[in-house]
Amino acid sequence: MEKRLQFRLTKSKVFQWIIILFAFLITIPLIAIIFYVLKTGLSKISWHFLTHIPKPVGEIGGGIANALVGSLLIVMVAAIIAVPIGILCGIYLSENKSSKIAYYSRLAVDILQGTPSIVIGIVVYFWIVKPIGTFSALSGSIALAVMMLPIVIRSTEETLKLLPDTLKEAGLALGLPYHKVIMRVIVPCGMSGILSGVMLSVARIAGETAPLLFTAFGNPYLTANILKPMQSLPLLIFNYATSPYDEWHDLAWGASLLLLIWVLLLNITTKWITRKWKVQL
Amino acid sequence: MESAIISSQNFNAYFGTNHVVKNVNMDIPKNNVIAVMGPSGCGKTTFLRCINRMHELIPGATTAGKMLLHDQDIYELNPILVRLKIGMVFQRPNPFPNLSIYDNVIAGYKLNGLKLPKADRDAIVESSLRKAALWNEVKDTLHKKGTFLSGGQQQRLCIARAIAMEPEVLLMDEPTSALDPISTSSIEELMYELKKNYTLVIVTHNMQQAGRVSDRTAFFFLGELVEYDDTREMFTNPKDSRTQNYITGRFS
Repeated sequence: MEKRLQFRLTKSKVFQWIIILFAFLITIPLIAIIFYVLKTGLSKISWHFLTHIPKPVGEIGGGIANALVGSLLIVMVAAIIAVPIGILCGIYLSENKSSKIAYYSRLAVDILQGTPSIVIGIVVYFWIVKPIGTFSALSGSIALAVMMLPIVIRSTEETLKLLPDTLKEAGLALGLPYHKVIMRVIVPCGMSGILSGVMLSVARIAGETAPLLFTAFGNPYLTANILKPMQSLPLLIFNYATSPYDEWHDLAWGASLLLLIWVLLLNITTKWITRKWKVQL
Repeated sequence: MESAIISSQNFNAYFGTNHVVKNVNMDIPKNNVIAVMGPSGCGKTTFLRCINRMHELIPGATTAGKMLLHDQDIYELNPILVRLKIGMVFQRPNPFPNLSIYDNVIAGYKLNGLKLPKADRDAIVESSLRKAALWNEVKDTLHKKGTFLSGGQQQRLCIARAIAMEPEVLLMDEPTSALDPISTSSIEELMYELKKNYTLVIVTHNMQQAGRVSDRTAFFFLGELVEYDDTREMFTNPKDSRTQNYITGRFS
C-alpha cells in the first residue's frame, strides 16, 4: 500500500513537471521570432526608413513610408466598417440567445471565422474589384473587415452575456427605453471586453497578406487615395522578401520588425485597456 | 376605495401556460405601506412586477385583467411612462457599476437625456440621498463608483435612484433579503419615512418584517390573493385558515 501510494505521488509529480515544461516551451517560438526579427531588422530601421518610399533597384536607401501609411489607412477603414456592424450584431446575439435568426447568424459567424483568408480575398476580388475595374485600398479594407467581424461579434456577445440581467432591469425600471438601456447601460458596462475584442481583431488583420493580394494589390508610391491600389506592410514584406535583391530584403526585414512591434503594442494595449476599463460588478 | 392609487381587478399573470397570479382584486391606498407576503413561488413577486410592467419582459409572459393607476389601465399606457410613475427596487442591489454615486442617483434623468441645470441636479441628488438616509455617509465620496459601497448602502443608493424620479409608487421586491440585520433595520426605518411622500408596495417572505413596516398586508398562496387586510387585523385575527397556518408557521 505504502509503495503504491509512493508510485502515484511520483506520477503526479511527473505530470506536474510535464505541464510546466510545455507551458515554458510555448514561449520559445515567440521569443525566437522576436529575437531573429530584432537581430536582422533593427539595424534597418531609421528615420529615413520610416519617411521615404522605396528606391528603384540598384539605388541605396529608401524606406517603407508608403506601406506604413497604407497599412494604417487600410486597417483603419476596415475597422470603421467592421466595428459598428460587429458590435451591433454581437448585441443582437447576446440579447436574443435562442431566436432562429441568432442560431443561423451565430453559425455563419463561426464558419466565417474558419474561412481561409485567401478565399475571402478572391471573393472580394470578384465582387468588388472586378465590377469597379481597379484594385483599391477600399476593397482590401472590405476583405479585412470581413475577417475582423467574427472576432468583434463573438467577443461582444460573450462579454455582454456575462452581465447580469438585473442591470438591464435596473435601467428599464427607471423608465429608460430599450435602446438607451443597451447603449447607455449594457454597452458601457461591457466596454472593456468589447474594446479588447476590437483591438485583438485589429492585431489579427494587421498582418494579413492573402486578402490584400487581389484587392489592395500594392503600390510602390505613397498614396492616401483609398480608391487606388495601395501598399501595405504585409504586402511589401511578401513582395520584397521573394525578390532577388538584397536592398529589398533589408526593407522587408525592417518592415517585418515594424509590423511585429505594431502587433505586440496592440496586444499589450488590449491587456491594459481590459484592466483599466473593467467594470466591477 | 376612493383613495386607491393602484387597483388590480380580476388580474391574472402567466408564464407560458403556467398560471402564476390568479384573479387578484386588490386596492392599494395612497401613502400606505403594503406588504405582500406568502411562501416561495406563490406569485407575489410576479404580481409586483406586473404593477410596473416588468413581468412582460420575460419571454412567454402574459397578463389578463385590469391594473389601474388612478383609474387608467396601466396596460394601455406606454410602459416607459408607467415605469417613470412606478419606481422599483430589486432584491439584490443593482447600482450601475459604470457610474459614480452621483450619476447613479441622477441616472434616470441623465441616461434618458433630460438636460437639467447643474444646480437642479445637485438638489435632486442631495434630496434623494437624504430621503434614502444615505447622504451623510456618501456626501464626501459622491464621485466614487457606487459599487464600492456596502450592500446595505448600495440598496439605499438604489432607493435614492428610484425616488429621484419622483415616482408615485415605489415597488420593492424583497429589498432586504440580501442584507445583514443592521442594513435591514435601517431600510425598514427608511420605509416608514418614505410613506409620507410615496406609496410603497413591498414583497417580503419575512412575516416579522411585514408586521413591522406595513399598514396593510396581502397574503398570497398558490397564485391567489387569500387575504388582504389591515396588518394588525391580519396578524391578530386572520379570517382564512391558510393565512392562520402561514402566520403560525405551519408551512413556509
